Amino acid sequence: MAEIAGPVTQAASAGHEAHPHRDIQGAKMGMWLFLLTELLLFAGLFLIYSVYRYFHTAAFHKAGLETHTLLGTVNTMVLLTSSLTMVLSIAAIQRGKKWLCVTFLSTTILAGFVFLGIKYVEWTSEIAKGIYPGSPVLLARSNGEILFFGLYYTMTGLHGIHVIAGMIVLAFMLVLVLRDKINQQDYIKLENAGLYWHLVDIIWIFLFPLFYLIN
Amino acid sequence: MSDVAFAAGGAPHGHSSNGGAHSYLENTGKRKGILSWILSTDHKRIGILYLISIFSFFAVGVVLGVLMRLEMLVPGPTGKIFNAQEYNALFTLHGVIMVFLFVVPGIPATLGNFFLPIQIGAKDVAFPRLNLLSWYLYITGAAIILVSLFMHGLPDTGWTFYVPYSIRTGTDVTTAVFGVFVLGFSSILTGMNFLTTIHRMRAPGMSWFKMPLFVWALYATAWIQVIATPVLAITLLLIIIERVFSVGIFDPAKGGDPVLYQHMFWVYSHPAVYIMILPPMGVVSEIVSTFSHRTVFGYKAVAISSLAIAFIGYLVWGHHMFVAGETETAQFAFSLLTFLVAIPSGIKVFNWVATMYKGSIDLQPPFLFLMAFIMLFAIGGLTGLFLGSVATDVHLTGTYFVVGHFHYIIFGGAVFIFFGALHYWFPKMFGRMYNKKAANISLGFLFVGFNMLYFPMLLLGYEGMPRRYFSYLPQYETLQHVSMVGSWVLVIGLTIMFWNLIRGIRKGEKAPANPWGGTTLEWTIASPPPTENFEEIPVITHEPYYHPDAEMPEEHAVPVAK
Repeated sequence: MAEIAGPVTQAASAGHEAHPHRDIQGAKMGMWLFLLTELLLFAGLFLIYSVYRYFHTAAFHKAGLETHTLLGTVNTMVLLTSSLTMVLSIAAIQRGKKWLCVTFLSTTILAGFVFLGIKYVEWTSEIAKGIYPGSPVLLARSNGEILFFGLYYTMTGLHGIHVIAGMIVLAFMLVLVLRDKINQQDYIKLENAGLYWHLVDIIWIFLFPLFYLIN
Repeated sequence: MSDVAFAAGGAPHGHSSNGGAHSYLENTGKRKGILSWILSTDHKRIGILYLISIFSFFAVGVVLGVLMRLEMLVPGPTGKIFNAQEYNALFTLHGVIMVFLFVVPGIPATLGNFFLPIQIGAKDVAFPRLNLLSWYLYITGAAIILVSLFMHGLPDTGWTFYVPYSIRTGTDVTTAVFGVFVLGFSSILTGMNFLTTIHRMRAPGMSWFKMPLFVWALYATAWIQVIATPVLAITLLLIIIERVFSVGIFDPAKGGDPVLYQHMFWVYSHPAVYIMILPPMGVVSEIVSTFSHRTVFGYKAVAISSLAIAFIGYLVWGHHMFVAGETETAQFAFSLLTFLVAIPSGIKVFNWVATMYKGSIDLQPPFLFLMAFIMLFAIGGLTGLFLGSVATDVHLTGTYFVVGHFHYIIFGGAVFIFFGALHYWFPKMFGRMYNKKAANISLGFLFVGFNMLYFPMLLLGYEGMPRRYFSYLPQYETLQHVSMVGSWVLVIGLTIMFWNLIRGIRKGEKAPANPWGGTTLEWTIASPPPTENFEEIPVITHEPYYHPDAEMPEEHAVPVAK
């Protein structure tokens, strides 16, 4: 956002991996803009949630009692820890400790799997109770409860897809670290991937109270 | 590509000569033929790729539009050429193609891609590979929309995909909506790329207020693309989720609220109107300065007004829903905010006119397109006032009046300037000149055809003709026929124009580096531009529209002591 144009930094043209001048600030800016769009994507859903919660306060309260607060809490802890290991992996590569970075990065990905596993258990138990979109059990209930669980599956589902996307990105980063493409001098890709992982984390931080705590 | 010599010192000097560098149209890389284009990360080649694909879809959209007019050959209760279902599909496809595949990507993806880096003195955009990816996403989205045509019947919801019909219809809305979702990604990535490019890659000395106004317009547009498109994305995603899983979020039977969908849709789609119109406004500033041979009057005000339009554009979406059960308070607020858009728009128009004042005006084809734009856009703007005020909107909404107004703004406004911009930058892009006489003739046909086509719509709507009907009552026959014939005249104009431009690419006479006397950076390099744009990155020392030859008339000079 500097008033004066910085040093002329030109992205090299096609197929050249080694850029003569990397514009690290430019790369970060692009990433932040992308994160902004992701936040706005979820913002639409949060908006819908608030509108329907306002119209169906009692039903949302009642339905909220049926989600697994314990599993949700454990998952929150898993994701928060994974954000920590993510940051540690960047700190490691900054200090040139490749294998420490690999360890922390793998732990982060592993935490992603744990999160998805717990999510699977949680959804399965809801579905076993007959609560899923369009199910006879759910349709017999009030409109507010149908909407609550509709939003529950939509929002946690979309978040789950983002977790998977994040894990795929981190897996690529892992390969790049192993091949020394990401190293002590050049780790902007890992930083950007980390930013994405934190975004996935922070969206969960908002989903958690909305579906598990306020009831 | 980067092996073209631009090393300081040894590089041949001289800005306007080719200086030994290869033009971007020549192949210098290892790839040959079409691969050297569809795998190129050169922003100029990507701009051309977009140009070809966007105008291909434009042609399809035009054909669909002409067919819709043809349906109005005879009045009466039964369809003459198409039945009701086919007509529903026609207006849906016409809308989806023209909005999402043509006007929204429109100028930013084509001319923006081509000229943004050059105008700020850069060699490419910030993320060249992401830029190419945007084009592939565009093509993928377009292909998915095309596939939806051959699956379970043509989508028939209108381009707005309003619920609850869009979640109940048996036609293949899911695929079409997914196509638009993918196009949204393309739009977002282009926006991100432009924002980063403008922030990070301006040539030394180019401060914010030394940027050309086209760049300012693209900057404001890019913000809208980044901020508004995700909301559309989630809204469309919800339609798909609704159709596949019947979650109930927009289904009134399950407590969902269809009006909420309309809010979500227009929160994007109204700012999207400014995605369509802001870049053309930027082009107008360029053309008006070049052909008046004067600096843009009120440069800063024009630059800031782009941002103001983008900002206010976010707050007016409710005017699409005056009859959708809004409270009076909401109607009042949205109506007032809608009228506020007139302020920054007026700032632009008055400053353009002030730029022409006492300028030495050169009536070249791009400038004539601009004159047509001002006239048509004025009609579009004035009819907008009828729709912006609640009392008249209640009568006019859902009629041909809305269709007429929309086309005056988007076709008469945005697209006429798109054409004007093509005529303006054509010699730079291809190094050749089209036939100017043929260009003027085509504009004549376009202007007459356009008004014949859309002005009757305003009258028809005022008399009560509803939009999206495949037939009409006998009293509307004359105006419907005028409109129909107008569509044919318009097509003649389009045919002459494209024939002239395409012929110009191959056979036009060679164009010099600066045929119009433009002052922005693209006119300082060779036509067509070399692959790396600049041999040396220019250093900017003065404002973008500095016309050193234009003597300032004495009465305008700063008064000095006698």
